[in-house]
Amino acid sequence: MDVIPKWAEVILVPLISLILAAILSALVILAIGEDPVAAVNLMVTGALGSTYGWGYTLYYATNFLFTGLAVSVAFHAGLFNIGGEGQAMLGGLGVALACLLIPWPHWTIALLAATVMAGLFGAAWAAIPAFLQAKRGSHIVITTIMFNFIAAAVLNYILVNVMRPPGSMDPASARFPEAVHLPTLHDILGVVGISFSKAAPANITFLIAIAACFLVWLLLWRTWLGYEIRSYGKSEPAAKYAGISPVAITMIAMLISGALAGMMAINNVMGEAERLVLNAVEGAGFIGIAVALMGRSHPFGVFLAAILFGFLYQGGAELALWTSIPRELIVVIQALVILFTGALDNMVRMPLEKLFLMLRRRDA
Amino acid sequence: MAETAPAIELKGISKAFGPVQANKDISIRVMPGTIHGIIGENGAGKSTLMSILYGFYKADKGEIFIAGQKTEIPDSQAAISAGIGMVFQHFKLVENFTVLENIILGAEDGGLLRPSLAKARKSLLELEQEYGLNVDPDAVIEDLGVGMQQRVEILKALYRKADILILDEPTGVLTPAEADQLFRILDRLREEGKTIILITHKLREIMEATDTVSVMRRGEMTATVKTSDTSPAELAELMVGRKVLLRVDKKPATPGDVVLDIKGLRVVDEQKVERVKGIDLQVRAGEIVGIAGVAGNGQSELLEVLGGYAKATGSVSLNGEALDLTGKEADGRSRRKRGIGHVPEDRQREGLIMDFSAWENTAFGYHRSEAYQSGLLLNNAAIRDDTAGKMERFDVRPPNPALAAKSFSGGNQQKVVLAREIERNPELLLVGQPTRGVDIGAIEFIHQQIVALRDQGKAILLVSVELEEILALADRVAVMFDGHIMGERQSAETDEKELGLLMAGVGS
Repeated sequence: MDVIPKWAEVILVPLISLILAAILSALVILAIGEDPVAAVNLMVTGALGSTYGWGYTLYYATNFLFTGLAVSVAFHAGLFNIGGEGQAMLGGLGVALACLLIPWPHWTIALLAATVMAGLFGAAWAAIPAFLQAKRGSHIVITTIMFNFIAAAVLNYILVNVMRPPGSMDPASARFPEAVHLPTLHDILGVVGISFSKAAPANITFLIAIAACFLVWLLLWRTWLGYEIRSYGKSEPAAKYAGISPVAITMIAMLISGALAGMMAINNVMGEAERLVLNAVEGAGFIGIAVALMGRSHPFGVFLAAILFGFLYQGGAELALWTSIPRELIVVIQALVILFTGALDNMVRMPLEKLFLMLRRRDA
Repeated sequence: MAETAPAIELKGISKAFGPVQANKDISIRVMPGTIHGIIGENGAGKSTLMSILYGFYKADKGEIFIAGQKTEIPDSQAAISAGIGMVFQHFKLVENFTVLENIILGAEDGGLLRPSLAKARKSLLELEQEYGLNVDPDAVIEDLGVGMQQRVEILKALYRKADILILDEPTGVLTPAEADQLFRILDRLREEGKTIILITHKLREIMEATDTVSVMRRGEMTATVKTSDTSPAELAELMVGRKVLLRVDKKPATPGDVVLDIKGLRVVDEQKVERVKGIDLQVRAGEIVGIAGVAGNGQSELLEVLGGYAKATGSVSLNGEALDLTGKEADGRSRRKRGIGHVPEDRQREGLIMDFSAWENTAFGYHRSEAYQSGLLLNNAAIRDDTAGKMERFDVRPPNPALAAKSFSGGNQQKVVLAREIERNPELLLVGQPTRGVDIGAIEFIHQQIVALRDQGKAILLVSVELEEILALADRVAVMFDGHIMGERQSAETDEKELGLLMAGVGS
C-alpha cells in the first residue's frame, strides 16, 4: 500500500512545493524593498492578462514541452539526458537547412520536412553520447553536457563561416522565405473568429507539442517498446533477464529523446525567429530538466509544468521590464521554483506522509 | 534474589513502521549460559526485534533489561558497551585487511596503530585459546573461507567483551560441515558462560543447537518453549498458524528423452574469472535435476547462460538442437521462444520489476508475444485478464492484478513469477532458489507446482542452496564446487552428509 494517495502525490506535493517557493520568493522581493503583491500582480497580468501575454507564455511553454518530454523519455530508461540544449541547437540547424535549401511550395510540407530534419539532427546529436554510454559505459551526464559545448561551437562555426549571407555582420543565417512562415495562434484562432494578439510568437507548433505529449504517453504506456524502456529504467538486471537489450534500449531511448529536443527548433527557429541565430535555444534545454522533474516525467505533468515555466518566463520578463527588480532576481525566483519542485521533493513529501498516516490511524 | 537474573529480558517491546506493526508487545527472557533460538517466517519481525536490541531502531514501547539492569540502547555503541555482540548474515569485514586489523577496527586504543595491534594480538591469542577458535591473526580476509570469516566476526564481538552474541541466519552461506563446526563453537561459548541468540528459519538448526526457542509470527511472539519439549512439526505449525506438510509428496520420476544436454560448458565473467570450468550435464524429460552447492560456486552463472544473459563456450542443446551461447540468439527472448522458462534466483532483482503492477510483471519477458498485442499497441486488457486467471490458479494473495509487485509478500511474488513461467508450458524450466525468502505455507504450494510440471513430462533444472529442498524435490542431484560438478547422485540413494562432503570439494 502506498503511503499517500495518488491524488496527493500528483497534485498536493507539487502544489505545496510551489507555494513554498512563492513564499520564499516573496521574502526575497521584500528584502530588496519591493512589494511582492504588486510583483505577483504584474507577473500575472503580464503573462496571462492579455492574449499578447498568453502568446508569449504559450510560446515559451512549447519550447519547454519538447525539452521536458525529451528529458522524460530518457529518464524512463534510467538515463539523464542533460544535452537537450545542444540537441535543440542542432535541431535548429536541421530546420534552417530544410527551410533554406529547398523552395517549398507551401508551409505545411515545409513544416513536415522541418520537423523530420529537426528530429533527425537532434537524434544524431544524442546518438554519439548514447553510443558511448551503451558500448563503452561513458557516463551520459558527462558526455551530453560536453556535447552542449560542442554543439555551440559547431553552430558558431557554421553560422559565421557557412550560413552567414555575404555582407552580413550578424552570425545568423539568411531569413527563411515567406512560403515557410508558420501560422501563428493569431492566424489559427482568427479562422474560428477569436481575436488573438498578432505580435505574440505562439504558433502552430504549440499544437504539435500537445500531439507529442500524447504520442509520448502512448509510446511509454501502450507499446512494448515503451514497456521495455520503462523496464530497463527500473532495473537493468531484470531487463537482461527478460531479454531486453540494454544497448538497444539505451540507443532507442536517447534517439527519441534527442529527436524531441531537436523538434523544439520548429517553434523557436521556424515559428519565431524565421532564421537561425546563435543562442536560439536560450536555456530551454536546461529548463526541460526542471519541467520533467516537476512533471514527474509524465506527459500530462510535463504539460502543466511547461505552462507554469512559460508563465514564469513571460511574467519574469514583464517584471524586469516594468519594475526596478533586476533581471537576475527573476532567475532567482525561477531557480527557487526548480529547487522546491525538483530537488527538495522529499522535504514536502515526508511531513505529508506523516500527516496521512496520522489521519489513517485516526480512521482505523 | 535466589534466582540468577536473565542475561537479557525484553518486556512488552512494540515497534511500528507506518501502518505495519513489526513487533507487537514482545517479551522474552534468556538465561545466561544458554542458546536461545528465534524462529519465524520472513517478515515475522525477527530482524526488527534484533535491530532494536542492537540499537539500530528505537522501540515505540517496552523495556530492555541486561543482566537485571534496565538498559537504554539508543545506538550500536551502547549495545556493545552493554555486552551485546552481533554477527550479521552478511559479514562486515574489510576484505583486504588482515584478521587482526579487522578485529581492532573501531576499537583501536589511541591514535597509533602499532601499539594497539600488539596489544590486540595478545588478547586475540588468549581469546582464541579460551574458546578454541583458531584463526591466523595475519591472514588477509579475502583469502579465508566463509566459515573462517564468520569466526572472525565472532572473535570481533568477543574482543569487544560481548557476553551476549546474536547470530542472524548464520548458516545461510555455510556448507553443512562448516555449520556443524559453528554449532560446536557455539556449544563451547555456552560452556564458557556466554549467552547466544540464534535467529534462523531452519527448523533443523533450532532442534540441534538451542536450549529454548521462541516462535514469532506476524510481529508477535506466539510461543516460547524448551527445545527438548517440542518437535519440528509443532514449531512449523506455530510459525505458520496451521498444519504444514514438511515433505514433498511425489511419485518416482519416469525420465524420458534427454531435453537439455550440456557439454564442456565454460563461463568467464566480466572480471575475467572463470566461474564454470567445463561441466557436462543432462536433464531428461519428466525429471527434476537439482544442482546443490554453496552459493557462488558457478550455479548462478550456469542459470544465466541457460537463461540467455551470459556468454559461454562449450555446447548446449535443447531437444537435440544447439543453443546459441555467444551470438545474436543468446538472449532471454530467444530462449523463451525455444521453450525455456526461467524462475530466476533473485526474483526482486531479476524476476520482477518491483514498481510494476502484477499484470505488467506477468507480461515480463513475454511482452512481445502476439497474445499481448493489438495492432501497434499493447493489449493491456488482455494482459490484465490473463493475470487475473493466473493469480487465481496460483492462489496469489491479494488477487489484485493492479497492485505493485513490491506490495506482495515474498511467497506471493514468487507465485507471480512461477505462474508466468509455468503457464507458458516450457520444455525446460530453470528454477533458482524457488523458496528463498518464501514463507513455509507457500513453499508447499511452490514445490507442488514444480512437481506437477515434471509429471507433465517437462524437464526441470533446479538450483538451490538449501540441501533439504534439493533432496526433497530433485530426482537426481549434481553437486557443484568451484565451477566443477563434483559428482551426481540419485537423490533417493544419497544423504546430506555425502552431498555436504561433495559441496566442500572433498572426494567424489
